[in-house]
Amino acid sequence: MASTTDLTSPMAAPVRPQEFTTLSGVPVNRLYTGDDLPSGFDYQQAVGDPGQAPYVRGIHATGYRGKLWTMRQFSGFATPEETNERYRFLLSQGQTGLSVAFDLPTLMGYDSDDPMSAGEVGKCGVAIDSIEDMERLFQGIRLDQVTTSMTINSPAAVIWAMFLVAAERQGADWKQVSGTLQNDILKEYIAQKEYIFPPAPSMRLVVDTIEFGAKETPRFNPVSISGYHIREAGSTALQELAFTLRDGMEYVEWCLRRGMDVDAFAPRLSFFFNAHSDFFEEIAKYRAARKLWFRMMTERYGAKNPRSSMLRFHTQTAGVSLTAQQPYNNLTRVALQALAAVLGGTQSLHTNSLDEALALPTAEAATLALRTQQIIAYETGVTNSVDPLGGSFLVERGTLDMEEGALDYFRRIDGMGGMVAAVEQGFPQREVADASYRYQQALERGEKIMVGVNAFVTEEQPLPTLYIDESARDRQTEKLRDVRARRSNERAAAALAALRAVARTDDGNTMPALLQCVRVSCTVGEICNTLREVFGDYQETAIT
Amino acid sequence: MSDPRRIRVLVAKPGLDGHDRGAKVVARGLRDAGMEVIYTGLRQTPEMIANAALQEDVDCIGLSILSGAHNAIVPDLMREMQQRHMDDVLVVLGGIVPEPDIEPLKKAGVAAVFQPGSRMAEIADFIRTHVHPRPALAP
Repeated sequence: MASTTDLTSPMAAPVRPQEFTTLSGVPVNRLYTGDDLPSGFDYQQAVGDPGQAPYVRGIHATGYRGKLWTMRQFSGFATPEETNERYRFLLSQGQTGLSVAFDLPTLMGYDSDDPMSAGEVGKCGVAIDSIEDMERLFQGIRLDQVTTSMTINSPAAVIWAMFLVAAERQGADWKQVSGTLQNDILKEYIAQKEYIFPPAPSMRLVVDTIEFGAKETPRFNPVSISGYHIREAGSTALQELAFTLRDGMEYVEWCLRRGMDVDAFAPRLSFFFNAHSDFFEEIAKYRAARKLWFRMMTERYGAKNPRSSMLRFHTQTAGVSLTAQQPYNNLTRVALQALAAVLGGTQSLHTNSLDEALALPTAEAATLALRTQQIIAYETGVTNSVDPLGGSFLVERGTLDMEEGALDYFRRIDGMGGMVAAVEQGFPQREVADASYRYQQALERGEKIMVGVNAFVTEEQPLPTLYIDESARDRQTEKLRDVRARRSNERAAAALAALRAVARTDDGNTMPALLQCVRVSCTVGEICNTLREVFGDYQETAIT
Repeated sequence: MSDPRRIRVLVAKPGLDGHDRGAKVVARGLRDAGMEVIYTGLRQTPEMIANAALQEDVDCIGLSILSGAHNAIVPDLMREMQQRHMDDVLVVLGGIVPEPDIEPLKKAGVAAVFQPGSRMAEIADFIRTHVHPRPALAP
């Protein structure tokens, strides 16, 4: 009959749930009132004004009035020449910072001509083999005038050395060069899995960069402690928060053991979170993150410099929430996720492109993603007042729940002997795998909805996407042959020998030796293979 | 009379990519669907995958590739499988695969490509209906 709705039709609206939960599966009340806050809830102590401890409402009193967040689109593909062209285009479109995506061989410390690199060169990011590639990547872009973020972890010290030598060759002063190295190895073991060496020597390399940066590059963030990948691997919002901050605490503890003063390095530690689709859950997560970091840095590590306890973070919208089906819907998802990040007080933001469930973005899709940020920044008015959701019963309760839940995880991880020990026992990996499977089951049962995937399904035309062929490998191989022929192989071998010698010491800083390797044109693969000889390769026990 | 033996699947993660959420969820989902699942872990070469599949006597290899390296990996795996006379083993692929690559992959011997958003039941049903019938184990 024409008047009845066919409930089996793909367009039928899903039935209203029996129980209401966040995307992470946490139960949510029908209504939040003042009764949901603890008795004796003290605003100044529990929340505080923006710019005041414990920084729940933000680290700046003026919010975005003085300075908007940095619009930083993660980008990189094929050869340095092609990526350089994309960077110049994005900067010409009003992007305010650079963010380098490296290809898998670079992330894993292999040269483009290594047999392990077959089929992977330039596919997920840009291929970098030697200092000359790094110079080509930033040709015509002054590294002392734009801030540059680099998503590189296991070989972070090597790539950073290349970046610093490239800046030096442009005539830039290291003291003026600003940017961020991801360099967060712990989340690699937990989630992203681009590790090369075992945890202990990897942690030592991280400490080397933090120590070097504290002296030589006062405006550079040597680590971006990242929850993004933990969340993408399927964690809950709380797990993302707790594991990321506990990772940060682990770096602090390793630096203290090296003999550094907490206030000498902590102000340059930065964070990186995911912006997923559950709006209020995400906002509560960012607010709780600032409070927890303040508490840990002051109470547990005795930081005196206020900047040591101010959590600054970059945000990227959730790649995993994007769908290959009805890809234009992704624009809406990204806009809402980006709004959550802004209302949560992010310092920097990447908005994903609508085609990212299918391929690396086209220039058109990347531009639309940037425009989404510009619309939020310039049209919506949400930047006029600081932390506009502060005082909402729901958001304040959610923030407290996040804080309490994270403290509980800290206690459990401390009980295991810290994060390195917890990782070696597979604890965070198991927590994430379980959460990810629970979500998949909820999706399959229709308890969680993805529009276009398990509700409102239609047939549609494929989207034009960026296609990266196999030619980048040939071009990179040719350049490698050329650089090896032009350099002094004697000097290269001597630099690698010096690196091997310092790597064999317990805690000699490897950065000066790495810089020398880069200056005499040793390649990423040669340098990482030298470190592999000393540190060994890491194999995880896979948890399913 | 004995029951036909359970379908055995090797979930394999070739290449340098570490994005293993999909591989792990599928491994668990197929196990819940009644199959025996072996997960290789990360960074397996085609040779390692073919060897593991042979040793484990699997009916199906499920590859998870999100990095775009499928055009290099799949033909190599097929070659390794041919050398071991494993033409009765079903090969399916999940991950991010551009549309123009799907037909060539099928020609190379991949029975199905599961894109993002595929349902667990769809994957399990496909494997169940397409694995080659195997002799039941002796009682």
